[in-house]
Amino acid sequence: MTATFPDLHMSPRLLAPGATPADHTTHVRRYGPLAYGDPAGLLRTLAESGLTGRGGAAFPAYRKFVAVADAARRTGRAPVVVANGAESEPASHKDRTLLRLSPHLVLDGLQVAASALGAEEAHLAVEDGASWLEAALAERHDPLPVTVVRLPRRFLAGQASALARYVSGGPALPAHPDPPVRERGVRRAPTLVQNVETLAHLALIARYGADWFRAAGTPAQPGSALCTLHVPGHEVRVVEAPFGMPLSRLLPLNDTAAVLVGGYHGTWIPTPQAAQLPLDASTLGAGVLAALPVDRCGLTETARVLRYLALQSAGQCGPCLNGLPRIAAAFRTLAEPGPQGATRDDITRWTGLTQGRGACHHPDGTIRLVRSALTTFAPELDAHARGLCTATDPTPLLPVPQET
Amino acid sequence: MDQRIDIDWTACEGHGLCAELLPEHITLDEWGYPLVDGTPLPARAVKRARRAASDCPVLAFKLGTSHEGARGTARSAPTGPRMTERLHRP
Repeated sequence: MTATFPDLHMSPRLLAPGATPADHTTHVRRYGPLAYGDPAGLLRTLAESGLTGRGGAAFPAYRKFVAVADAARRTGRAPVVVANGAESEPASHKDRTLLRLSPHLVLDGLQVAASALGAEEAHLAVEDGASWLEAALAERHDPLPVTVVRLPRRFLAGQASALARYVSGGPALPAHPDPPVRERGVRRAPTLVQNVETLAHLALIARYGADWFRAAGTPAQPGSALCTLHVPGHEVRVVEAPFGMPLSRLLPLNDTAAVLVGGYHGTWIPTPQAAQLPLDASTLGAGVLAALPVDRCGLTETARVLRYLALQSAGQCGPCLNGLPRIAAAFRTLAEPGPQGATRDDITRWTGLTQGRGACHHPDGTIRLVRSALTTFAPELDAHARGLCTATDPTPLLPVPQET
Repeated sequence: MDQRIDIDWTACEGHGLCAELLPEHITLDEWGYPLVDGTPLPARAVKRARRAASDCPVLAFKLGTSHEGARGTARSAPTGPRMTERLHRP
């Protein structure tokens, strides 16, 4: 169960107060009726808002909308919009929390996106809670009907091209990125795939405008983001926080050695450095922040996550298929105190061979985690090489699904 | 228009024909998959690259006129001067 304290750090925008799911009546009372406006005006407002994608890549939403609109004009095909609620990252809870507490904000955003692009087809893709969302849809009178798509439970099912293929009736596997999904996605139509949180922000931008949106965050990174906080000894929490807020205000950093910023495709940062950092869209990924207590071994934690990530490779691209399991196995060696031989050199070589050589982000994100672990836990690596581990608590910390 | 090698990694099975046809641009990694430097092909190599594209048993070897990565960036050709400079590099 995820506890939410949405009003801890700013007045809540996205999450219903009191962690009580908002039905459509409550939703409309809280936010007011949805304003569609004309498509050109909405795109202008979206550009001015500076909204970026909250699925991990922080790509400017406006640019994605324009690319889809251009492709639609060029091909004469009506676009498809897909709300991405896959959230297959095991440490992230923010999308499912948002969909449970404020489903209508996401559904509003989906309608706004469809209207701005002249889309004739809309989908909401999720791993869990599909029936709940279908019930929410039944409360509404949307201009465009929405299909809820139940995704298979795979780490890469939420990757945009995998999602587009699955919605088209194919396998949920990433595709070669040329042509991109925004030009040729669901059944070859120009397709907008947007994270559910991004759409929820869009629903509010359509109502209250760009200036309102920019009142939170920094001029360069306007707005707020939902973050999933992993603090040892506490329940996992989802909070909404503005960009630019110090990480140390979100996460208690006392007695921690490092912070994992951005989840399993993210970066380990030593606590002294993390304490100086603000919440930054370019490193936040999908909003996962996890503190590593001083009594845990960061190498062991990373090794467990890497094994999971290697097993979650779609197995389509040779360098990822060959590289990730070797890197993961070698990292397991480093996580055990004892002689390391040429293991570190092997990892360096394999990460070089795997980076940038796949259809999707999976190898690159995994390698980012590997490299940051090797740097952040360098003193622990040396201790392990001497046969010592400084950790005293072997209890696993970061969530990894059981292997079946 | 400059030509770039683009590997469809979801299709490539490491047959290695491309490395035989374009040894100065493609080597194989320790698992047999092509290592491409990603810079535009010089004019003298384009014909062999087309051959590599048509000979690839799984049609994973593609020639593109843009550098389309998996990064979600907009399609854009490199700017003129940089392209010329690269084409004329020995």
